[in-house]
Amino acid sequence: MITGTPKPIEEILEMLEPYDNIIVAGCFGCVTVCRVGGDKEVQVLSSTLRLAREAAGRKIEIKEVCLERQCDPEYLEPMRPYIEDYQAVLSIACGAGIQFMAEKFTKSPLLPGINTGFLGVTERQGEWTERCQGCGDCVLHLTGGICPVTRCAKSIFHGPCGGSVQGTCEVDKEVKCGWQLIIDRLVTLDQMDNYGKLKPYKGWDSSRDGGPRRIIREDMV
Amino acid sequence: MLPCTGRIDESLLLKAFENGADGVMVIGCLEGDCHYVNGNIRARARVERVYNILEQINIGPERIRMYNLSAGEGAKFAAFTSEFVTRVEELGPSPINLARSNGPKESEQEVQAT
Repeated sequence: MITGTPKPIEEILEMLEPYDNIIVAGCFGCVTVCRVGGDKEVQVLSSTLRLAREAAGRKIEIKEVCLERQCDPEYLEPMRPYIEDYQAVLSIACGAGIQFMAEKFTKSPLLPGINTGFLGVTERQGEWTERCQGCGDCVLHLTGGICPVTRCAKSIFHGPCGGSVQGTCEVDKEVKCGWQLIIDRLVTLDQMDNYGKLKPYKGWDSSRDGGPRRIIREDMV
Repeated sequence: MLPCTGRIDESLLLKAFENGADGVMVIGCLEGDCHYVNGNIRARARVERVYNILEQINIGPERIRMYNLSAGEGAKFAAFTSEFVTRVEELGPSPINLARSNGPKESEQEVQAT
């Protein structure tokens, strides 16, 4: 899922300084699962903002909504009839959702209520870790299901670097060496021959190097 | 009155302050003695989160507190309630109520759950 963290309330209040009536918009997608931008968080954030603003002597009117997804146009459309009745939208969806809403409703200022994180997994309640950087050229079948792009701090492709010490990475002793994990897994799977099958170099043209990416599935268009 | 503090969430607690409460007292069953296994443990975490929110927005975190009691501890309930009400009276009206009335209010509202 796409993860995120709430922005500090002070930062949000500063963003809202010019506005007296806004929409707080959540998303039932990833941000609901990682408990940063769902219906419940819309309610809590809205109450918090109303209390903070009223205590400061300047009330704010808030419409609370939570869309099925903010990254699909059909779920944004229901906002069209009323969105311009409000001065701004504070979205607590991921950066993709916020931007998509901004594109669809060009007259409404869009404000981010969260800091979008990474593509990750839930380790336990309240803890998420990164697994994928969306490089566009997956090699997990050769690396024991462990991603060298994400799990190696340098995203290198040909084994542990000199900074790997007893299974940990030089960037942080809490971070495991991605390549040590890969080799350990390949040994367990008896697939060390895969180690030699990795491509001589990785093409990064499917990653971010070419700017914002686009996927067109001709079979679905 | 709620059947279990496990039903309480942060928005409900904040709503109490929006509705004019100067303090909110949450009373759950004794820890380890929840009929629904861990409702009161969940409530404690939620109360802590609201405590932090109230601190961040300068409402005063001490305006919310959770107590744990069994249903048979009437005297203790009365003592806890008196203690909390006295504390809230010392704090005075919440900044919300001050902004609304520009003066102290006599009444204070409390949400209770056992």
